[in-house]
Amino acid sequence: MISATLALASRALTVALRRPQYLMPMLVFPSLLLAVNSGGLSQAQNLPGFPPVPSFFDFQIPAAISQSLLLGGVGTGIAVALELELGFFERLVAAPIPRSSIVLGRLLAAAAIAAVQVTWFLGLGMIFGHGVADGFIGALAVYAIGCTAAVGFAGIGLTLAFRAGNASSVQGIFPLVFVVLFLSSAFFPVDLLTSPVNEIARWNPLSYIATGMRAPIIGYGGTKAFLEGLAAAAGVAIFFGVLATHALHRRLRMG
Amino acid sequence: MPAIQAKGLERRFKGDIKAVDGIDLAIEPGEIYGFLGPNGAGKTTTVRMLVTLLMPTGGQALVAGHDVAKDPSAVRRNIGVALQEAALDPLMTGNELMLLQATLQGMSSKLAKERSVELIERVGLSEAADRRVGGYSGGMKRRLDLAMALVHGPSVLFLDEPTTGLDPSSRFQLWQEVSRLRTEGTTVFLTTQYLEEADQLADRVGIIADGKIVAEGTPDELKRESGASHLEINLAEGCDPSTAHQALAKIGAPEPAAEQRDVRVRLTDENAGVADAVRLLDDAGIMVEEIELVRPSLDDVFMEKTGRHLEGSGD
Ligand SMILES: Nc1ncnc2c1ncn2[C@@H]1O[C@H](COP(=O)(O)OP(=O)(O)O)[C@@H](O)[C@H]1O
Ligand SMILES: [Mg+2]
Repeated sequence: MISATLALASRALTVALRRPQYLMPMLVFPSLLLAVNSGGLSQAQNLPGFPPVPSFFDFQIPAAISQSLLLGGVGTGIAVALELELGFFERLVAAPIPRSSIVLGRLLAAAAIAAVQVTWFLGLGMIFGHGVADGFIGALAVYAIGCTAAVGFAGIGLTLAFRAGNASSVQGIFPLVFVVLFLSSAFFPVDLLTSPVNEIARWNPLSYIATGMRAPIIGYGGTKAFLEGLAAAAGVAIFFGVLATHALHRRLRMG
Repeated sequence: MPAIQAKGLERRFKGDIKAVDGIDLAIEPGEIYGFLGPNGAGKTTTVRMLVTLLMPTGGQALVAGHDVAKDPSAVRRNIGVALQEAALDPLMTGNELMLLQATLQGMSSKLAKERSVELIERVGLSEAADRRVGGYSGGMKRRLDLAMALVHGPSVLFLDEPTTGLDPSSRFQLWQEVSRLRTEGTTVFLTTQYLEEADQLADRVGIIADGKIVAEGTPDELKRESGASHLEINLAEGCDPSTAHQALAKIGAPEPAAEQRDVRVRLTDENAGVADAVRLLDDAGIMVEEIELVRPSLDDVFMEKTGRHLEGSGD
């Protein structure tokens, strides 16, 4: 089981790295949005109620990471849907391995890719912003939340892929997930959002994930924000990991 | 115990389509079984049930001694599968795919490497092994798929239309690989739309049409069953077909002549041939313009059982 999971994860990772058109958008689009947002909206940090930040750019980095990780989830969903369409998936299903290792392999690969994504944006922060305020330990905290959240987002992608069975549906459904991003405090402090968005944002795990990654970067919010973020990420990861496994079993039963 | 055994195996799909409609199979260890039928006959559906990718909706099947519905993991450990569309990841190399397959079959990495090298060499892909599969030809993909299916030395191998869409020389190469398995004692369940393939490779052939096995036996048995060989004859100007029938009565019985032919005789004497016929006709003073001995093919068997020709029978 472990060797199958690792083999599938490393295979997913290898293939992802060989497909630049897969990895690049996950880094480039959030980077562009980061540039636009931090240029155009930087006056927002002077609003009353905005937390004290080194710069608006640093404030927006967790938003860019969240967005990138969500794109990673889309990517996982599309990759698996393509395997379903092209029949590679049947090779895995016909092999004497537990079904859960098919799911786990993908989730593990998503976590590994997330490490690349987090590194990229923390790197941008070091170059164009003030870096991670809480230093090395703070950076580790960002990785912990980011990689865990990525597992959850990959779980969403997998669930969609197993339900829909084709890549275009996955691609079509996923924008809804981005609405969820905007209905969170990823881009703006929740206190500055108006009703009903602020109500939704208070319930949205993405708010806690983004805020949790933000705390060590801007040095505001402390351990509490980190722990809430990690808990939210873990919740999403477990929930959608289980859901994806169910969706796979359902799909195989229907044959 | 048979390597593959099925009783009343059935699969319905939504809309009450009976893709496989109660088939019985008993395939002995080491046998190469050819499952011959046209597009849509139910070959793939049968294979998918036997390899545990699809649950039967009726009947039961044992593969390598294990029930496909009750103990699918035991079946999976004992079989090799190459599905209709060689399902390979174009971004991976042949070598990587072999190693992945070996790992999925639970082999140690040392053994996996040894077997990969050996099998890649055997199917003639050593030079291409480190190239991405996306650049392989159709024949190379099929050979890699076959090698992957064999990596763990399965006792039963399933090949779903392994040569469909291949050019004649690639097809021939694959036939050689399959023939080689015969000497190694692997049981092979091979589906095909090609008469010639079933005829050449299979020890025993099952003909499937509309989800049912309509005939089964060795290629020779089937052909014999579908009727004896016959002679198609065109006589010279002014010769009378009924005189010819009389002359040939010793070796055959008259049948209605085909278009463009004067005489058709079904051979009742199995050992008789064109030479005997010409001699008998000559003795009776009948001149022959053209004479042809037509042996029954598996297509005749199919025709007889279903009233249709097999697609791809021209190949
Ligand atoms: N998943 C499916 N849903 C509905 N019908 C199917 C499905 N798979 C196959 N069929 C139908 O079952 C019949 C047999 O198909 P198949 O087993 O693929 O035939 P073959 O492999 O001999 O060409 C066909 O009529 C096909 O349309
Ligand atoms: Mg088929």
